[in-house]
Amino acid sequence: MGISIEEMNNMQLDVLKEVGNIGAGNAATALAKMLNRKIDMNVPKVEILEFKEVTELLGGAEKAVCGIYFDVDGDLTGNIMFLLTVKSAKMLANMLLFKDENSDILDEIDQSALQEIGNILSGAYISSLTTLTGLNMKISIPSLTTDMAGAILSVPIIQYGQIGDKVLLIETEFNEGDDNIKGYFFLVPDVESFEVLLKSLGVLE
Amino acid sequence: MGEIIKVGMADLNVTRGDGVLTTLGLGSCVGVALYDPIKKVAGLAHVMLPSSKTIRNNTNPAKFADTAILLLLEKVLKLGASRGRLVSKLAGGAQMFSFSNKNDIMKIGERNAIASKEILKELKIPILAEDIGGNFGRTIELYADTGIIVVKTIGRGTKQI
Repeated sequence: MGISIEEMNNMQLDVLKEVGNIGAGNAATALAKMLNRKIDMNVPKVEILEFKEVTELLGGAEKAVCGIYFDVDGDLTGNIMFLLTVKSAKMLANMLLFKDENSDILDEIDQSALQEIGNILSGAYISSLTTLTGLNMKISIPSLTTDMAGAILSVPIIQYGQIGDKVLLIETEFNEGDDNIKGYFFLVPDVESFEVLLKSLGVLE
Repeated sequence: MGEIIKVGMADLNVTRGDGVLTTLGLGSCVGVALYDPIKKVAGLAHVMLPSSKTIRNNTNPAKFADTAILLLLEKVLKLGASRGRLVSKLAGGAQMFSFSNKNDIMKIGERNAIASKEILKELKIPILAEDIGGNFGRTIELYADTGIIVVKTIGRGTKQI
C-alpha cells in the first residue's frame, strides 16, 4: 500500500521539496538554453496544499489556464503537469517564436511551441530526478489543453485523491527582462510509486 | 435568487427554496444533483472518484460516488425532500487530456459517471438529464426552485439541463 502526503514526516517532505527544487532548477536552465536568453528563476516554492487552495492560487477555479500533461513510466510511474496562466503561456510562445503579439489566444503554432517547451522542461525535471534517485523514468508525449483551472487541475488532484486529501505543488517563476512567467509543476507519483520514490531517496525503510 | 452556496471538490451541500448550489470548474469530477420538485429541496455533490471501496484513504465520504450519493440522499431527506419524488441530474465527467495508453486514470471521468448512474439506479432515483463527457470543463449552478442546472463552459457556451 502507498503512503499518503499526510503521513509523511518532516524529513521526507524536506527531501521531496529538495527534489522539486533541483528538478525545477534544471528545467529553468533548459529553458534558458532553449530560448538562448538569460532566464532568472526565483527559488521555487514547494507547498503542500488542500485541494481547494490549489485553484485559489491560480486565480480561481474558472480562470482559463494552459495545462501540459505527461505520463511518467518506468521504475516510477505517475504523471507530470506543467501549468501556466494563459498570459504566461502566450509570453513563452512569443519568446520562442520571436513574435510580439498581445493576445490571449493560443493558435496552433503557439500550442505546438508550448508542447515543446513543456517537453524540454519536464525532460530536464525527470532527468534530474533520475540522477538523484537512480530510478529509471521516461515521459510520454505531451498533451495540451486550455480550459478552466479547476477542470484541468482535477486531473492531478484526482490522482492525489487516491492517496490523500492534499497535493504537493512546486511553483516556479521564470523571469526574462520585464516579463514574468509563472509556471507550476505538479509531480504526481502513483500510489505505489510514492514509496518507491521515498525509498530511493533513503528516507523510507 | 437566494443564497449561492459553493460546493468544492470532494464536497457536497443542500439547499431549498430560492437557494442556488454551484460548483466551479468541474473536469473529470461529476456533479450529482438530487431534487424534490414539490418541496423544492436540492442537493449537489462534487464526486471525485468512483468507489470508496478500492481506496485506503476514504475518510471523506463526499469524495466517492458510492458514499457521496448516500450522504447527499440523507441530507436532502433531512431537509424535507420526499424519497419517492426525488429525481437526479448529472454533469461533468470529462476527459481533459487525451492519451492512447493503458492508464485508465484518464478515463476516470467516464468511470465517475458510470459509478454515479449505478448508485442512482440502485437507489431507484430517476435521472432526468445529463451533460456528461467531452474534453472540457464545466461550471454548474443548480437552482432549488426549478431544479434547473445551468452549465457554463469556456468557448462552448451555456446551456440548461
